Amino acid sequence: MNSWTHAQGVLETPQFEWVALSPTLIVVGAAVIGVLVEAFAPRRHRYGTQVVLAVLALATAFAAVVGLAADEHASTQAQVAGMGALAVDGPALFLQGVLILVGFVSVFLFAERRLEPAEHGRAVDSFAAQAAAVPGGTAEKLAVKSGYTTTEIFPLMLFALGGMLLFPAANDLLLLFIALEVLSLPLYLLCALSRRRRLLSQEAAVKYFLLGAFASAFLLFGIALLYGYAGTLSYAGIADVISGAPPAVDPGLAATMGNDAYLLIGGALVVMGLLFKVGAVPFHMWTPDVYQGAPTPVTGFMAAATKVAAFGALLRLLYVVLPGMRWDWEPVLWGVAIASMLAGAVIAITQTDVKRLLAYSSIAHAGFILAGVLALSEDGVSSVLFYLAAYSFVTLGAFAVVTLVRDGDGEATHLSKWAGLGRRSPLLAGVFALFLLAFAGIPLTSGFAGKFAVFSAAADAGAMGLVIVGVIASAIAAFFYVRVIVLMFFSEPQEDGPSVVVPSPMTTSMLGVAAAVTVVLGVAPQYFLDLAGQAGVFVR
Amino acid sequence: MSPENYLHLAALLFTIGACGVLLRRNAIVVFMSIELMLNAANLALVTFSRMHGNLDGQIMAFFVMVVAAAEVVVGLAIIVMVYRSRHSASVDDASLMKL
Repeated sequence: MNSWTHAQGVLETPQFEWVALSPTLIVVGAAVIGVLVEAFAPRRHRYGTQVVLAVLALATAFAAVVGLAADEHASTQAQVAGMGALAVDGPALFLQGVLILVGFVSVFLFAERRLEPAEHGRAVDSFAAQAAAVPGGTAEKLAVKSGYTTTEIFPLMLFALGGMLLFPAANDLLLLFIALEVLSLPLYLLCALSRRRRLLSQEAAVKYFLLGAFASAFLLFGIALLYGYAGTLSYAGIADVISGAPPAVDPGLAATMGNDAYLLIGGALVVMGLLFKVGAVPFHMWTPDVYQGAPTPVTGFMAAATKVAAFGALLRLLYVVLPGMRWDWEPVLWGVAIASMLAGAVIAITQTDVKRLLAYSSIAHAGFILAGVLALSEDGVSSVLFYLAAYSFVTLGAFAVVTLVRDGDGEATHLSKWAGLGRRSPLLAGVFALFLLAFAGIPLTSGFAGKFAVFSAAADAGAMGLVIVGVIASAIAAFFYVRVIVLMFFSEPQEDGPSVVVPSPMTTSMLGVAAAVTVVLGVAPQYFLDLAGQAGVFVR
Repeated sequence: MSPENYLHLAALLFTIGACGVLLRRNAIVVFMSIELMLNAANLALVTFSRMHGNLDGQIMAFFVMVVAAAEVVVGLAIIVMVYRSRHSASVDDASLMKL
């Protein structure tokens, strides 16, 4: 009797730790309700309902994360939940908390309706009236005239966030793949939904989709090979086989575990898939185009949250599954980190578009974070957690500023148009300068505390080479951040330059939160460093 | 017959798919090549499942099928949308953004 033709015994009811999984369940549940609202609520009520639903769900989910952390789930009560599929431990809860806060703030950015001029007397947001209508065609004019809006963005964003919450908590390869797809597919769609410059937006969606699907196919084949090597999909099981001490060896496992080709190729392909999501060189080619083409609120959300989720998954994979082969992957990731830091910083100098500039800066930051990952110590994990928390809010804030600087064609993203912005609206330019200084890692901003934590963890672990390259790349990067600040404050404003739109309290408060986080994490980082320090241990 | 032959076939199909993505210019064909890569991974999963005598790989293959179907929905929606606005599904024509 073999196992695929006859049931061996009675199927047992799976045990689920509903409380431990509640943050994700709340977010995904709200996304499903959001879809029902789209289907059944009258058009005029949808916007308000969706915004309230998303805000309430994210607030509840954050409360759930805090509750789990207060219940010691991040330290002594860390557990593997959902039949071994999900880890509820320090890094997972910390990153879930950050992701939910990022999502919470992003909702305000998505819901902003005062930036675009009103169409036919109705306030509109930065998303296409009807995504299926041909840009500039009669169908689009009709859709705009009838007041259609794409309120589906809120459930789509919640679904993406649900996948992101699962991604750093995934404790087996099946869930890793599913979480990757759940977070990616809604983002592909969100990229295509810009109200202005729709051809660019659609092009960004096609590029992101084709390259993203290509990368996830590599990840999947890697998963197949790792499964073939170890005969199990669970992280702990694969780690046992790699260390050479599996609990039980059957003939099938005995045949495959001797074959290092499965392990090496499989591990490389999975890491490659994750590096694509992170946007590290040489898997970064999609980043500038997608960041530029996507609607700016989506870019902000994606740039901040995807990086947090993907680095969480990468950390867990390297620290839990593959520590036994660190001598194989360490030199490769050194190369990737150095290439990302240098390429991101150098190419960013030549950019003339604000969104592309921020995209290349995000590539450089992926390199800085990888330096922390390569510390391979508990300090390394907690410094990466802190860096991700600091970086995500700076990124969100920077893209929020980009949505406000506008001229007749929508957002004025060309850098030459930003000349003299500091004289026309000193407050906004000041806030943007704060974010740029944080990106550059100037003291008293969160960026400095993050970079200091990451580089000191790497230096303690003996990775001085990475630290030296990192400091050089930071200096190069500081050049173009400061160049933008000089452009804003010390050059003459253009005659037909863009104006700064006064947003609704939603974007204002969101910018306030991002700036406050940037300053607080820079001036008094110790509490948050301690928090990340306590969250630095993975459960197995 | 040794199950390893199926692994060779899976690797071959995966490579054909990857080459298709890199060489073909029509977005639909590129997308079909990606689906070929996913199915090659499925074949490898099922083969390994047979070699190890447990069901994890087969269950994973089912999940991959569902995900591939969801990906088709999203992907074709995006490609058709682009085709309607540009009257071309070539990935080379989509080049408004350059370095």
